[in-house]
Amino acid sequence: MTRNIRFLLPLIIFIVVAAFLYKGLSLNPREVPSPFINKPAPDFSLQKLDNMSEQFSNKDMLGKVWLLNVWASWCVACRQEHPLLVQMARRGDVPIYGLNYKDAPTQARQWLKQHGDPYVLSAVDYQGNVGIDYGVYGVPETFVIDKRGIIRHKVIGPISFGILNDCVMPLVKVLEQEDPQVTPVEYKGVEGCA
Amino acid sequence: MRVKTKLIIVLLSLVVGFNAANVWAKEAQPMAADPEMEKLVNEISEELRCLVCQNQTIADSHAALAVDLKNQVRDMVATGKTQQEIVDYMVQRYGDFVRYRPPVKPTTYLLWIGPFILLIVGVMLLISNLRKRRQVIADAPLSTDESDRLQSLLGADEKTVGGEGKTS
Repeated sequence: MTRNIRFLLPLIIFIVVAAFLYKGLSLNPREVPSPFINKPAPDFSLQKLDNMSEQFSNKDMLGKVWLLNVWASWCVACRQEHPLLVQMARRGDVPIYGLNYKDAPTQARQWLKQHGDPYVLSAVDYQGNVGIDYGVYGVPETFVIDKRGIIRHKVIGPISFGILNDCVMPLVKVLEQEDPQVTPVEYKGVEGCA
Repeated sequence: MRVKTKLIIVLLSLVVGFNAANVWAKEAQPMAADPEMEKLVNEISEELRCLVCQNQTIADSHAALAVDLKNQVRDMVATGKTQQEIVDYMVQRYGDFVRYRPPVKPTTYLLWIGPFILLIVGVMLLISNLRKRRQVIADAPLSTDESDRLQSLLGADEKTVGGEGKTS
């Protein structure tokens, strides 16, 4: 019996270690859990990209479910998700607002002309301060914000067709059903976003 | 054909790298006027993880975000914020992950005490193994024959040693 354990124990330890390593391989190290989930979106007021004399604030969006997509003309991965955003905008799925992060406005406008403009409007975060407030560390990032102005989900990196269909759109549907007057707030999630 | 594509890729990456280097070259690193203050900025930066290149502190990293965060730290130091306040500010935005030293709290207990548990388990295994070993190699008493032989050998040895002692 003890002899059996002597031989089995290393095997068991190996299986446990291998299981942890295997699980570790399937995790994405770039995905840092955001401390903002189910917290109010940080307030900002920034110039609009298409009309620099006007300001856009996140408070303008209270009562609506919307996406805040952080993008830049220098961002290569943004090109990857861009056609999907354009498609979403064409279908009118959910209003997408852009946060033009650390970008030259002229280049940003040029980029939108070239690739299509899915944004209701883009806010100019030239210094990147709003980006820091939102904990942005990789562009693109997309925040799903509910009617109360609370961040309910954050997509790090380009939105894929899968993320859109399994997570973002189902979540938007759930959030649109919510009544912002109801208290206490119950933060429902969507399985695809886990 | 393959070699050609590879060559093109290498050349392209060189061009991109060169452009990137130019971009960096433009930005001179701002410094706080007071060297004492700059020291504090560096100290705090050593505690904060760069989220772009995750195994570097923002003091080490030259990623654009790290530079921005370091500037933020510098601004906050200049306005008289304490180290604790600055670290809290970063954690509020980027989560505990931004701290190079993970905080001690329920989710990180295993991380902090795990090595000590392993050490204790190891020492316990070592002690129990040593004990077992002592039992295995317990003294086996000599038979009368053997002890007689031992005595004669030892006695002979003593004599020679003693004899030598006398002559010298």
